[in-house]
Amino acid sequence: MKYIQKRLFSLTRRCLDSLVFVETASGKVTSGSLSTITAAAQLGEPVTALVAGSEGEGVSKQAAGIEGVSNVLVAKDAKFDHYLAEELSPLIKSVIESRNFSHFVTPSSAVGKSLLPRLGAIMDLQPVSEIIKVEAKDTFVRPIYAGNALATVKSNEKTILFSVRPSAFAPAATGSAEVPIEEISADTDSQSRTEFVSEDLVTSERPDLGSAKIVVAGGRGLKDKETFDKLLEPLATKLNAAVGASRAAVDAGYCDNSLQIGQTGKVVAPDLYIGIGISGAIQHLAGMKDSKTIVAINKDPEAPLFNVADIGLVADLNESLAELTEKL
Amino acid sequence: MSSKLRILVPIKRVIDFAIKPRINKAGTGVETKGVKFSMNPFCDIALEESLRLRENNKDLVDHIHAVSIGPTKAQDVLRTALAKGADSTTLVDVGDDEVEPLAVAKILKKMVEKQNSNLVILGKQAIDDDANQTGQILSGLLDWPQATNASKVQVEGDSVTVTREIDGGSGTLRAKLPMVITTDLRLNEPRYASLPNIMKAKKKPLEKLKASDFDVDLTKRVETLKVEEPPARQAGVRVESVDELISKLKEIKAL
Repeated sequence: MKYIQKRLFSLTRRCLDSLVFVETASGKVTSGSLSTITAAAQLGEPVTALVAGSEGEGVSKQAAGIEGVSNVLVAKDAKFDHYLAEELSPLIKSVIESRNFSHFVTPSSAVGKSLLPRLGAIMDLQPVSEIIKVEAKDTFVRPIYAGNALATVKSNEKTILFSVRPSAFAPAATGSAEVPIEEISADTDSQSRTEFVSEDLVTSERPDLGSAKIVVAGGRGLKDKETFDKLLEPLATKLNAAVGASRAAVDAGYCDNSLQIGQTGKVVAPDLYIGIGISGAIQHLAGMKDSKTIVAINKDPEAPLFNVADIGLVADLNESLAELTEKL
Repeated sequence: MSSKLRILVPIKRVIDFAIKPRINKAGTGVETKGVKFSMNPFCDIALEESLRLRENNKDLVDHIHAVSIGPTKAQDVLRTALAKGADSTTLVDVGDDEVEPLAVAKILKKMVEKQNSNLVILGKQAIDDDANQTGQILSGLLDWPQATNASKVQVEGDSVTVTREIDGGSGTLRAKLPMVITTDLRLNEPRYASLPNIMKAKKKPLEKLKASDFDVDLTKRVETLKVEEPPARQAGVRVESVDELISKLKEIKAL
């Protein structure tokens, strides 16, 4: 009832509803999108979820079940399938303008980072990147300088565009709530000259790095790919943890790029982070120092990772990791 | 050949990546006095990629122009760019105030028009504001294709194929020139400027313009109210053995 009143109200004053772009991967709403809904709900206004792509219909039902979502819009068209910013930004612009949304929110995923600024360009709005806290409807906290400083920023834009760092917000609960699902016209013509060619995704049985409760991360100290796999994989399996890595480990080819944790890789904040053979450069710390408990295992007692670790063990990796895996 | 590349490389001067920044006393930003500044690492990669496109493809590149929008001192990073191999540069002196990505992109759009560029290669983000916006905004303003987080760039005629780092792996896009590409770490390993080239760079063109030469409003759309230190973590403990590590983890209920 309260919601209906607000709706009627919006005929006479500016609508304060937020539009959230809900990203999906393999037919499911991503965990990052669920965290983004949590952040958007903190604005204290109704949240409309926008789903785009040829799978939109199936996903829209999932989106309708997310706690905090009061309305779902679906743009069903294959041209949105690969989430190209060139295609999505005109669609989102038209939705925001025709329905007068006050906020547009996306996860700070690769898709969100690609999309949000292009939307800002075509709407002449300065977006706010990767917020970690909602202070007020127009005021947010975001990390700068690789997380070495926190800036509180206030947007004076008439429509506020921002992206959300998923690790800073708990994912919204999912269920089967009945909220209206509305199909919207997808006839925006982007005149895009960009075409999708292919995608090569790393498949893994492990939990997703961005949302895992436990992360086991390896660095240069693991010496080579064989040792990396041999020591980290059994430990990660035992703990049901995601595997991550430092830049040094990725550059040396121990694992895939997409596992890099840090300022320019993934930002994680699991309950437990175990850094193995990782020195702890500023850029790596930027990606994990908000973890609840940090464990560092390194043979170099001077490694900077020990400065942020709750528990540190100075030891040879070859022996201690095998022992740790066995005793857990 | 009509599809010769006229590359624009925007470059930002930032606090050196190895330095841990300190918050200033007023709590309005970070201390910049007496601090080492360098070329933003991702911009360095963007410049390197432009140079390699020229070196690896005969007659492909017409010219490489680097531009920096920043304080007077940003000419230092432009000299470095010239020493590495950029043909010419422009400094757009905007004073010491930080300019937002939207305003930077608006100036860059005018630079693109001025230089008649058909390819802009930028870093994916500046390591100071960590915004990761300018390239995408520029491509939006120009209505050009964009390929962010590039880890591989191939040019064939007027078609550009870019492999990108995305969540969970990599993806490949193809677009027709003109376009905007932003670089990821994995794209290349930037070169060092040799001393003779640094000397030669002093004679290369460095055009100096002012923000007022561009009709762009630099008013901040997003105000910074304050800047503070992130909360410090409690000091941790060192354990002597794996057994002790496990019992400690159980004690704090981390396992």
